[in-house]
Amino acid sequence: MDVSQYMDLFLAEAKEHLDSLNENLLALEKEPGDMRVLNEIFRSAHTLKGMAATMGFEGITELTHEIESALMLLKEGKVSVTPEVVDVLFRCLDTLDMMIENITEQGEQSYNYQPLLEDLRKLDNMRGEQPPAYPQQGEQQGEARQDQPMEFNEYEISVMHAAAKSRYSSYYIKIGLAPGTVMKSVRAFMVFRALEDYGQIIKCQPPAQDLEEEKFDDSFEIVFLTQEPAAKIYQSLEKIAEVSVLSLQPIDADRLGGDDSNRIEAAHPEKTEMPEKPASQGAAQHDSAGGAAIRTVRVDIGRLDNLMNLVGELVINKTRLEQIGLNHRITDLLEAIEQMGRLTTDLQNLVMKVRMVPIKQVFNRFPRMVRDLARELNKDVRFVMEGQETELDRTVIDEIGDPLIHLIRNALDHGIEQPEERIKAGKEKTALLRLAARHDGNNVIIVVEDDGRGIDIEKIRRKAIEKGLLTGKEGEYTDESEILKVIFQPGFSTAEAVTDVSGRGVGMDVVRSKIESLNGNIAIETKRNAGTKVIISLPLTLAIIEALLVGVGGEQYAIPLSSIDETTFILPEQIKTVKNQEVMVLRGTVLPLLRLDRLLDIPSDNKGNGELFVVVVRKGERRVGLVVDLLVGQQEIVIKSLGQLLTGIRGIAGATILGNGQVSLILDVNSLV
Amino acid sequence: MSEEKTKSKDEVQLVVFSVGTEEYGLEVSQVQEIIRLLPITRVPRAAAFIEGVINLRGNVIPVVNLHYRLGLEQRKDTDQTRIIITEVQGISVGLIVDQVLEVLYLSRSALEPPASAGSVNDAAFIKGIGKLHERLILLLDLESLLYLNEAEAVS
Repeated sequence: MDVSQYMDLFLAEAKEHLDSLNENLLALEKEPGDMRVLNEIFRSAHTLKGMAATMGFEGITELTHEIESALMLLKEGKVSVTPEVVDVLFRCLDTLDMMIENITEQGEQSYNYQPLLEDLRKLDNMRGEQPPAYPQQGEQQGEARQDQPMEFNEYEISVMHAAAKSRYSSYYIKIGLAPGTVMKSVRAFMVFRALEDYGQIIKCQPPAQDLEEEKFDDSFEIVFLTQEPAAKIYQSLEKIAEVSVLSLQPIDADRLGGDDSNRIEAAHPEKTEMPEKPASQGAAQHDSAGGAAIRTVRVDIGRLDNLMNLVGELVINKTRLEQIGLNHRITDLLEAIEQMGRLTTDLQNLVMKVRMVPIKQVFNRFPRMVRDLARELNKDVRFVMEGQETELDRTVIDEIGDPLIHLIRNALDHGIEQPEERIKAGKEKTALLRLAARHDGNNVIIVVEDDGRGIDIEKIRRKAIEKGLLTGKEGEYTDESEILKVIFQPGFSTAEAVTDVSGRGVGMDVVRSKIESLNGNIAIETKRNAGTKVIISLPLTLAIIEALLVGVGGEQYAIPLSSIDETTFILPEQIKTVKNQEVMVLRGTVLPLLRLDRLLDIPSDNKGNGELFVVVVRKGERRVGLVVDLLVGQQEIVIKSLGQLLTGIRGIAGATILGNGQVSLILDVNSLV
Repeated sequence: MSEEKTKSKDEVQLVVFSVGTEEYGLEVSQVQEIIRLLPITRVPRAAAFIEGVINLRGNVIPVVNLHYRLGLEQRKDTDQTRIIITEVQGISVGLIVDQVLEVLYLSRSALEPPASAGSVNDAAFIKGIGKLHERLILLLDLESLLYLNEAEAVS
């Protein structure tokens, strides 16, 4: 069989199985006796092995086979689940991950996993050293259920009776799939297709929907009504590749009981009382109704991006129509546009929702990372994740992983103390590391919090002066919150020694710039000996934002509403100068003023006598007034990239297209002021 | 069609246009389309030869002021002024030219390396000079035209 066409499918599914293996192995380590988790792990490993074997990847097959054997020992209770055992298994998973990652068109790359195999086999020697940790009930129950004969409800029995009257015979068929078959649902479908040529399927086990979603092992059972001889059915089924008929037996409807009193009156062969076509589906739906399976479609992210772009265009056109309506005062048009406005808003929200992915996708890899790091650093950590279901735009999700990894590593390496030190400090031996996400209006807040030693403000003060980030005088007078901001400056790190984990001096500044490039904010709170809390706030989406349009030098610029506090105006004579810096007094506080035209180095229209418009923007804690020629209005804008040629211009976040078709630049307040 | 194919081996197909008093050429494969002048939004703090950005059917595309880039006198927009949308390494960029003259085939043997041109001061952006009867067609090197050296970007 040519399997190259299944490559993508294999890679995607293998990745999923590895993820689930990682996740479940962590769960198993916490709850060593949990048979359900162990079975889940076993199943994933088994499927992975089958998939790899089908694709002809011998290395992966061999390694998974050994993993399976090791798991068997755990399952039988011959070896108990200890961190050492879990370590070996994790290493195997990492190797598998690497092997799968390195699969190319040419096939599998050779990889030396022999040491791992030895480690796995060593586990075998541990057998018997420990008493079985738990009974094996779970497994036995599972087996028992498998062998139970099929049960029929009254409806099904009556159908079989009716069929018998019309000279249809009922058959019980058990179909087996070759181990490791790819696309099992397709095989099941082919079986159904073959059977439907000869008669009716009235029941299948597991239900049709599960078959479709591949929620079954290597076999399934069918009850089938037909007038054809059994041999013919047998032949047509055996023709399907990788399918074998394990059992094909007639069912005697009479022996199933039920009402058979008028059986002899089967005198209307032309009026076949066969159940209508939906019978099989009916039964299946009935069975799965309780399961409430989620029906999903996998969509290429590129298509979603296109959809988003189109909706963006629609928003632009709507704005344009609005302007036409306003310019010509056409009431009917305005009403229609209002209606359309509601529709586009709904559509936009919907598309945005479609693009949302739970942050779980990013969080998933952290438990494993924390566990490994904690072991490496000899720290005792309890890792808690909250709000994994919080949804964020796909583009944000893709970017947020690295900064979070950095923060978590920092917390583990710098924040959390060794167990002895914690006990000395009168704290619980096990440290707490918390990663939480939640919605807050149009933002998502992500918190990385530890109960470690906190940040030594004095040390940072010293270091900052030493590195020349603060002058001696500044250093003495600056308050704590200002000192903490130094951490975000390039080239700052307090780690005494450079470790594997962190302390290379590149770090928090990179985290900050990443977060800010996502239009987000980052803040730190810390308390000596009580812990550190890093709070990240991110916008839900990056695609469409509310912005204020301002006019400068005959052109319009868009300022994201999220960074605007308020707008006000001022007469030129009210502007004062303090140390060469223009300022104004706004409700008693001094507000520095920046002229947008000078800031951007563009000519201004303003002749300098009328009122000046001031947009008060926020950068972190700091507030600045931007002086502009004109306030145009508030509008929803679609963010477009300026392209590769124009990236990295400070102060410009991107561009948008206005209702009149003109391009307007979006200002990035953070890097502008 | 087949004729074109055989031709393409020893000939290049050029879009020829004028900037200032000189004639320039771009290989057709690098040209996406030619459009009339559109309103251009200037981009503060960008390289000086970037005139700004335009909206081309919903895409924001940077536009290069070729006069400035080639060190010629200031451009006067006329009815003939066009923007040639080019594509280099997946990036779409517009070039403002005074007039698009024609599309022609030039034999590769009629192409000379720029070194022999001598007096041309914008040689950095020229990858060849084509001779066609009495005409000289300067073949633009888009890569070096767009990959700005840092010093210039700052000014």
